Amino acid sequence: MNETVSQAVAKAAAARPQHALGEELLRQLRRPFPWLVVAFTLLCGFVPYLTDDVGLRESLLLAAVYVTLASNLNLMIGFAGYVNFGNIVFFGLGGYIGVYLATSWHVNLVAASLAAGVLVGFLAYLFGLGILRLRGAFFALATIGVNEAVRAFVTNFEPWGGATGIYLSMDAYAPLGGPMAGLWICYFLLVAVMGLSLLLAYAIKTSKFGLGLLAIGQNEDAAAVLGVPTPLYKAIIYSVSGFFPAVAGSLYFFKSGIIEPTSAFDLTASIESIVMLMLGGAQTITGPVIGAFLYEELRGYLLVSQTFSHLQLVLAGALLLLIVLFVPGGFMGWLHTRLPWLRRWLE
Amino acid sequence: MIGILASVIDGVLVGAVYGLAAMGLTLIWGVMNVINLSHGAIIVLGMFVVYFLTSATGASAYLGVPLVLALGFAAGVVIYWVSVNRVIGQPILMSLLATFALNMVIIGLGTAAWTTSPYNVPVSLPGITVRGYTFTGTHIMAAIIAVVIAAALYLFLRYTRPGKAIRAVAGNRDAAELNGIPTRQVLSMAFGLGVALACVSGALIATLFPFTVLSGGSYQLKSFVVTVLGGLGNPAGALMGGIALGVVEGLATPFTPVSWTPIIEFGLFVITLIAFPRGIFAFSRA
Amino acid sequence: MSALLEVTHLSRRFGGVHAVSDLSFSVDEGEILGVIGPNGAGKSTLFNLINGVVPPDAGRIVFDGVDITGEPPYAVARRGIARAHQIMQPLLGLTVLENCMVGACFGRENMSLADARAAAREVAQSVGLGDRVDTLAGALTTAGKKRLEMARALSARPRLLLLDEVLAGLNPTEIAHMIETIRGIRRSGITILMIEHVMRAIMSLSDRIVVLNLGRKLAEGRPREIAENPDVIKAYLGDSKLLAAVEAAP
Repeated sequence: MNETVSQAVAKAAAARPQHALGEELLRQLRRPFPWLVVAFTLLCGFVPYLTDDVGLRESLLLAAVYVTLASNLNLMIGFAGYVNFGNIVFFGLGGYIGVYLATSWHVNLVAASLAAGVLVGFLAYLFGLGILRLRGAFFALATIGVNEAVRAFVTNFEPWGGATGIYLSMDAYAPLGGPMAGLWICYFLLVAVMGLSLLLAYAIKTSKFGLGLLAIGQNEDAAAVLGVPTPLYKAIIYSVSGFFPAVAGSLYFFKSGIIEPTSAFDLTASIESIVMLMLGGAQTITGPVIGAFLYEELRGYLLVSQTFSHLQLVLAGALLLLIVLFVPGGFMGWLHTRLPWLRRWLE
Repeated sequence: MIGILASVIDGVLVGAVYGLAAMGLTLIWGVMNVINLSHGAIIVLGMFVVYFLTSATGASAYLGVPLVLALGFAAGVVIYWVSVNRVIGQPILMSLLATFALNMVIIGLGTAAWTTSPYNVPVSLPGITVRGYTFTGTHIMAAIIAVVIAAALYLFLRYTRPGKAIRAVAGNRDAAELNGIPTRQVLSMAFGLGVALACVSGALIATLFPFTVLSGGSYQLKSFVVTVLGGLGNPAGALMGGIALGVVEGLATPFTPVSWTPIIEFGLFVITLIAFPRGIFAFSRA
Repeated sequence: MSALLEVTHLSRRFGGVHAVSDLSFSVDEGEILGVIGPNGAGKSTLFNLINGVVPPDAGRIVFDGVDITGEPPYAVARRGIARAHQIMQPLLGLTVLENCMVGACFGRENMSLADARAAAREVAQSVGLGDRVDTLAGALTTAGKKRLEMARALSARPRLLLLDEVLAGLNPTEIAHMIETIRGIRRSGITILMIEHVMRAIMSLSDRIVVLNLGRKLAEGRPREIAENPDVIKAYLGDSKLLAAVEAAP
């Protein structure tokens, strides 16, 4: 060694002036991937509109919801390594808050949905402070408990319709220009939420915060010793991971016209988002997109096929098992190892 | 007052069975650091095995216990080699997902085969009546069998060669490997044992309460609560934790509606985890 | 030279075992302080207490004039204490570069990603991992992982570096190389507290040595004094390495 280590470090620090956040952001914007996400989002939004294809719109709407759920779940599972089995609670609770605000308080849809997102994120932060001290399976079980507890609460909460839920009448869509226009507006908003979720995941992954999360996901104790403020980061990401699903929930249930406890807090949907995430590839940004589309295709086929319709859970489980055992990186993980140059284009 | 006491004693009896169920979970967890999220589904399988046994042959459910133990063990070994072996040593997320996937498969197949209707294993056994309170024969019998099996497990782990091998692998897998112990085989045996315990506890529960294919979830939650009460990897603690849980249920049932039970148990679970991370009954290990 | 780290009356029990008992010593800025002792003497527990992994039952830890007793590990790291572990804990799914970047980003310097990237590259280069910066940590050899452990701790530009048996399992050439590296680290202004069993190395590297036995301080002084101390020799009775080091000590 012809120079000491610390001299090397000092030299490196001096050579690059301190980069402001803005410079790092500009650097990321010069990469192709974020623009691909924007293009993809715009495509999803406009193709059904320009072709006036309602069937396509409906299936893309569902896909957008799945991608949103899977992508935000990725923040917990893929980045921080915490398995959130009860992630659907964000979707359901956001749905209830948004729909309630939009109907009973006549708040406009966008504001109501954003409020739902913020409230759910805040509640998640509070809950997170408690349950994020738990590790591994304990945390996973606790998240199921949270989902069940919220569902039990909502089922008994009269202002929100109790066990029957809330039905929207046709004039709820009047501020949007009527039911037909309302459907399209909800669709565009949901696609936008999907795009924003993907961009958020990308922004986090390429940030210092994201590096800290990935370290936590690899080895939480080692990360703490290295200086990553683990309790704070975990609470933040749990809270953040609830925001867009809550917004999506508000939009989705508003568009559906009805929200009730059993389907709003359906644990199966929670599990399916995990399967989608693992299928597509956790820790990647495109993974949730691929996984959601693939799974939706598979599910659509199964529901129609006579033999398999009630074996949906079995097949999802078998799929998850095969992925965990043989392809834990999912589709994108496999693709990245085969074609390393692809990482630049499809993160 | 005596009513409450009777309820508590009944809780002790049923709690012994909860303890047995939890023993399967805590054994697997302690030995190979795998949290078996298909535990509840396996309990359900035990229930159905004893159901079909009794309805097909008309034999007493209790005769089915050894059979369930054997079948459970065999099934456990197979499950180990098929889905668990590959995730040993990997981040815990993998084993959580693998066993959870297994859970989905078992419950899914079970629902397809048996639907979600309730099933019942009728057992007629005279109870013991003390001061006007009857302790049902099934509860007493189940508790006795649970304790017997627990004692057998203790003797097995303590004094037999395979039992000692399991404890060696649980303590330090690398050292055990260096000492010539075939660790993977031992792990598969431990897993088989854990599954057998879960199955037989299911068989016993089937004699106590009606069940459906979806009942596994609540017994799995109880097993988790018991495991954290008793301390990880501690079968004796599991038995005591089970009895403790049974007592809590016995105290709660006269006063609270049944639908609250999972919430009480879940609350107990979280509180114990945060306040007593090593378990209330964990014997201190240096 | 003032004391960078002061440990006073530190105690910690696990169950019935007193891992560390009423331990007091200090580390001066710029020195290399060696910690030796038979197995079970409490050395690793001492490190765990200093960097916050385990809180003490009693006693104080003062770093650079600030009481850090009981602070969590990430706070201690922010203050400028880094550790290279005996049982390596690389972040397996991240590359060598990313591993070091974590150290740089979240340590004392609190660097931005870009600065951390550059710093990490330089540090990796200086420990000999320059050609493997994009290799996944999980794919490194054991020797490589040891170097990564060191590089990661250094990337944070700490003021105090805790080295926990970093020479274990290395061959003589590697040991010689590591000794030079450690001397280089000290020359750059980093204070070093090191646990070691390789007697020859720690005797020649340390300015002073603290000897632990059964959780208590048995002796403290310059290497020569320690080597000739009858209590120390008795504690290591039968340990041929110590006796050989005593004979070979300068």
